[in-house]
Amino acid sequence: MSFFSQYVRFQEFDFDGFFSRVSPVDVRRVLEKGRLDAGDFLALLAPAAEGLLEEMAQKAHRLTLQHFGRAMVLYTPLYLSNYCINHCSYCGFTAGNRVKRRTLTLEEVEAEAKVIAATGLKHILVLTGESRHHAPVEYIADCVRVLKGYFSSIGIEVYPMEEEEYHYLVETGVDSLTIYQEVYDAKIYDQVHLRGPKKDYRFRLDAPERGCRAGMRAVNVGALLGLGDWRRETFFGGLHANYIQNTYPEVEMSYSVPRLRPHSGDFIIPHPVTDKNLVQVLLALRLFMPRLGLTLSTRERAALRDKLIPLGITKMSAGSCTSVGGRTLSGTEDQFAIADERNVAQIREVLLKSGYDPVFKDWHPF
Amino acid sequence: MEDKLVLGGREITSRLFLGTGKFPSKEVIPEAIKRSGSQVITMALRRVDFDSPQENVLNYIPKECILLPNTSGARNSEEAVRIARIARAAGCGNWVKIEVITDNKYLLPDNYETIKATEVLAKEGFVVLPYMSPDLMAAKRLQDAGAAAVMPLGAPIGTNRGLKTKELIRILIEEIEVPIIVDAGIGKPSEAAEAMEMGAGAVLVNTAIATAGDPVLMAEAFGLAVKAGRQAYLAGPGVTRDYAEASSPLTGFLQEL
Repeated sequence: MSFFSQYVRFQEFDFDGFFSRVSPVDVRRVLEKGRLDAGDFLALLAPAAEGLLEEMAQKAHRLTLQHFGRAMVLYTPLYLSNYCINHCSYCGFTAGNRVKRRTLTLEEVEAEAKVIAATGLKHILVLTGESRHHAPVEYIADCVRVLKGYFSSIGIEVYPMEEEEYHYLVETGVDSLTIYQEVYDAKIYDQVHLRGPKKDYRFRLDAPERGCRAGMRAVNVGALLGLGDWRRETFFGGLHANYIQNTYPEVEMSYSVPRLRPHSGDFIIPHPVTDKNLVQVLLALRLFMPRLGLTLSTRERAALRDKLIPLGITKMSAGSCTSVGGRTLSGTEDQFAIADERNVAQIREVLLKSGYDPVFKDWHPF
Repeated sequence: MEDKLVLGGREITSRLFLGTGKFPSKEVIPEAIKRSGSQVITMALRRVDFDSPQENVLNYIPKECILLPNTSGARNSEEAVRIARIARAAGCGNWVKIEVITDNKYLLPDNYETIKATEVLAKEGFVVLPYMSPDLMAAKRLQDAGAAAVMPLGAPIGTNRGLKTKELIRILIEEIEVPIIVDAGIGKPSEAAEAMEMGAGAVLVNTAIATAGDPVLMAEAFGLAVKAGRQAYLAGPGVTRDYAEASSPLTGFLQEL
């Protein structure tokens, strides 16, 4: 069994017809309910819900406070390598793009770790492109061994792996797995992933479940907003998170809402997502899964991030850098532009001022 | 007769135990502790940031308090045992609240794994306070395994729904010798008072205080409610009747016969 079986059930589903039939009254009825089903979730993503965003926000805020309190976990990404053999139309690190490629040495990883650890952060997310030659599993494991000396929680956002490989990394010290399907619509997935191993939709889709079976404590999924219709993409992403949570109840599930950002290529975003749309995405997810972690990255600009905090966000990146070695080396290139350039201390201050406790540590390896 | 709660050989001055998660800032915590009068303070070991004086929650807990680290994040007894040992080695004392949760949707505890962890940790000299689903047989086993108290949930964590498991908790209070500490679900001071009136040994509150508009004031309100509830229990409340007491009894003639 896999989430794929749920995905295919909706292949013939008439989304446009459903959306056109949802009325504001239907949305209000969903807001009165305790536990939501897939149909309720889809209604919250309908155009008819746009007029009820304030009501949705009030409930989302209340649920988040109840389940997570006034706490915001902070983390930062660390790019280990940007070598990539995939040709993806939307990515700045796509194979063939003339960006400077680099894989950090273990000494460079340690230097970056020291700079990050000095800001007080304890949660790190390591990233690589897909190149088993330049960033093999064993290399990632070596980096994890270095990082363990500085951080209490280590997450990976790398190419999809086999269950045994995930298990090996869990044994080494990785506790969480982030992997986005990018786009759930299989047809679009095939169009934007031009060449390379990433073309295998199913291998990527099943990766979070392999991670769960391998003992990952926390798993984070999501769709790259902008590639497909965001209403459907969020629907499938939410169903995916819900499926994993039901199948692996011991795993802490969370969801990210990365919006496509301009980068060094010339890709035009096919389905732009407005700020208002992004708000609807977050609110619908929170109401559908009250205990789902919601992660917000520095892809979003500072002013918007601050406003999104009370809508249900539970985890934020801070002091981010999307280039390999960008904190300690010179002449590095970004995967995408960061829109919130505030450092960790500034984010901490903003959170405290808004009545949120910045949580630097939410895991202790044992 | 003095009314003292004794746990792990110590007299406890307040029957309100306080959780430290979910507060808007760590600065609020010492004030909430002070105003509530709480002495036993629980914190998730996973969140204790030992390296940062500013972020370390332990630095916000007055020295005279008893630290009750909890094993949040443990998915089985072995993990709970390991977390407890880390907490003790890190200087958090030998009290531990066992939380074994394998269900991230409702955060309901796994009684079976909790019993196993209690057996191991009690033998190692820990003062073990296990969080559990209110079940009489499980509570008996926890007691037999050496638990210093048993902590049944009133409602799922964070729901503020009150004493939904009241009838089951009442049975635990009647049948279990170690103190019953109602943990989780209490949303209002009146519900804390209700648990105390029933004869609970103490209550543990976090969400209802930490997410209140004024957490410090709410902490004080809970402190007062717990005291009032306990006093009512000691006073022995009048019997509640389903019917009015007739002023002209129907069976009064029996006296005259």
